[in-house]
Amino acid sequence: MNISIVVYSAPYSSQASWSAYRFTREALAQGQQIGRVFFYYDGVHASNALSTPPQDEFDLVAAWRELINEHGIDSISCVSSALKRGILNAQEAQRYEKECANLDPSSELSGLAQLVDASLNSDRVISFGA
Amino acid sequence: MSEPHIKTISFISRKAPHSQGLAKACLDMVLSNAVFEQNINFIFMGDGVYQLKDQQAPKLIDNKDLSAAFSALPLYDVHNIYVEADALPKRYMTAEDLVVEAKSISNEQIAQLLADSDVVYAL
Repeated sequence: MNISIVVYSAPYSSQASWSAYRFTREALAQGQQIGRVFFYYDGVHASNALSTPPQDEFDLVAAWRELINEHGIDSISCVSSALKRGILNAQEAQRYEKECANLDPSSELSGLAQLVDASLNSDRVISFGA
Repeated sequence: MSEPHIKTISFISRKAPHSQGLAKACLDMVLSNAVFEQNINFIFMGDGVYQLKDQQAPKLIDNKDLSAAFSALPLYDVHNIYVEADALPKRYMTAEDLVVEAKSISNEQIAQLLADSDVVYAL
């Protein structure tokens, strides 16, 4: 089955992003396909490469990065949600004259059309948070 | 879009318009799906019905006015707009207070809409 994942909540603010991560990992372990992970609204904080939790806490951003990279998951951070929350890639940082970029390279910035596409081309869309 | 096809996609919006950004987040999702001509159900439940209330002045609290976008939904071919039947009277509102025409439906009817949907988003 081809499953897409939508995450609305930020790491460390609620359980949702962690649950989404665990669900995605388990679905892959059971041989399911993950069509796309789409971080939307506060969910985009999972793609902030500058996230630095204390060493004795679970590093959810790093865990997402490893899972996405290991399985070559198509991971999108919603561009309008990300920009207003201060998550920019180099191109957007240059466009808006910001000093640095912090989008984790495991995700790309793109628009809601990618979520529409995920809805149309997945057997299931599973949402976490909100 | 790898294949042009149409699904029935239902959106349940349950939050008041200016307490968080979720109302606008849901509206943006609906409009994006409308641009791709999907079959959309837009369902307002609980405090979500406040999003459709007329005569709002969100600029007073530095918030964006969403009313124009809600009233323009039919122009985006979003015609299946529903409100949870109990939600309006519980908030001393009537259909005449809404900026767009919405059908009042029971929770059983909402359950049926969701059962008939390919994808459901609730926020």
